[in-house]
Amino acid sequence: MTSRAEPQAPALTARGLGFRVGGAQILSDVDLEVPAGHCLGVIGPNGAGKSTLLNLLSGILRPSAGTVEVAGRDVTALDAVARARLGLGRTFQTSSLFATLSVLENARLAAEARRGGSRRFWHRPRSTDEATRVAHDALGAVGLEPLAWRPAGALSHGDKRKLELAILIASDARTLLLDEPMAGVNTEDVEPLTALIAGLVREGRTVVLIEHHMSVVVGLAESIAVLDSGRLLAHGTPEEVIANDEVQRAYLGQPL
Amino acid sequence: MTTFLSLTFAGLALGAVYFLAASGLSLIYGLMDILNFAHGMFMTLGAYAGWDLATHLPASTPSALTFALEVVAAVAGGAVAALLTEVVFIRPLYGKPLSQVLVTIGLDLAVVALLLGGFGANSLSLPVPLWFLEASHVGAVLLPNADFVALVAGVLVLVVLEWFLRRTRFGIVIRAGVENREMVSALGVDVGRAFTLVFVIGGAMAGLAGLLYTAVFTGDLLSPLQGDGLLIFAFIVVVIGGLGSIRGSAVAAVVVGLLQDYANYYGGQHAGFSEIGNLSTVLLLALVLEVRPRGLFGRAT
Repeated sequence: MTSRAEPQAPALTARGLGFRVGGAQILSDVDLEVPAGHCLGVIGPNGAGKSTLLNLLSGILRPSAGTVEVAGRDVTALDAVARARLGLGRTFQTSSLFATLSVLENARLAAEARRGGSRRFWHRPRSTDEATRVAHDALGAVGLEPLAWRPAGALSHGDKRKLELAILIASDARTLLLDEPMAGVNTEDVEPLTALIAGLVREGRTVVLIEHHMSVVVGLAESIAVLDSGRLLAHGTPEEVIANDEVQRAYLGQPL
Repeated sequence: MTTFLSLTFAGLALGAVYFLAASGLSLIYGLMDILNFAHGMFMTLGAYAGWDLATHLPASTPSALTFALEVVAAVAGGAVAALLTEVVFIRPLYGKPLSQVLVTIGLDLAVVALLLGGFGANSLSLPVPLWFLEASHVGAVLLPNADFVALVAGVLVLVVLEWFLRRTRFGIVIRAGVENREMVSALGVDVGRAFTLVFVIGGAMAGLAGLLYTAVFTGDLLSPLQGDGLLIFAFIVVVIGGLGSIRGSAVAAVVVGLLQDYANYYGGQHAGFSEIGNLSTVLLLALVLEVRPRGLFGRAT
């Protein structure tokens, strides 16, 4: 439990973040501040630099300019593994689970990764150990407990997305970077998934969400950042962003 | 029929050695994207480590104990060679896959040249128990004892490796890393330790493969080039089985071993063409690449 009395540093801060590959400027001068316990939606056309932004925040890519802070601590020099251990979790647009492992093994891997786990490589997971208990709890939270022994690859698209959330819950990450959690999901699964993410925020986690479903973003996000051609076009409440002329122009006829 | 049965048995034994050589290669590629050409060197060094240990034993007729000690030395030799390769040469080059491949090629060439210079080609003979050169009756069929040893070793390693990968914590980390390395890192798992471990396991199995190949298939003659010869077939087995899949390697190794033996015997007998076993293996590889490019058990990309 964090004390609410002391002033809290933002969960995630980007200052002047830029990224270039060769001659191409993919992202430039992005300033963002995500207060702890908030949900930030990131929208923008394809190729705007949304996934690059997540890769810079999570440490998969190193910025060519600017800094990243997690809970007030400068993590620009840290790699993805070190940032994950500071409580930064993420999903990938394509797949963030392990299809050949069972549903339970997926969650347990996350639980053990965060807690360091046993150093003995022959260590055999026991059904009673801490990580297994945490994994079962996480599966219970997303309603996948009955499928714990299935191979993750055999799950439906919607259940796979739920498992990705369970992995983050089991990993005890406090700040979650979600890259299109609704991609490939049936219409009827969108609502329960949205409710799950809302629950994660309500429990005090910070969420940065890339999503194309505007209704999902508006329903979840307290603020929205709009990226276009690698620049931060607008940042504000959903109402402000939707009313923004520049944003309307960037989307050119696409209904927001 | 008797001929067919002993051919099958010899093919299975050859398959067992191919499996030992290929499974480490497959894991290393699956996890680290490195085509490890130094794997041939691990095999050769394993065989030479076994021989070297045997020369330090008090002179006597080689016994089962002698061979057991040779196996230990070969496994340790392969593992140590792999550990040094990973820590000294591969690790500083993370993120540069081409440099990593080149460094393994260079290492392999250098070690083969050193061994050739030091020991010459085919000049050393590995001491093996007399029992090895005999054969046992199984029903009406006379089967070479050495083939049994190779087969038992292959099956044993397959069982232990499957147990390790399915039931232990590190095994699960390795399987997860083979499938999606980025996500494993994003969970905060230090994949570097898994890299080292996979190299060591692969090296240990390669060392065993090199020793068994010498003891079972070369008439006990050691050659600095044997590892590279085996490596070609190991690569073929890995590609046919599917990169990163241990079961795929096991199945493909048996298929290739059997095919090679049958083709060499029947093809050689009728066509009088001695290289027909190798040729049919390469044709099988081409067929698999044409019909199912990701291999028998390969993951979809």
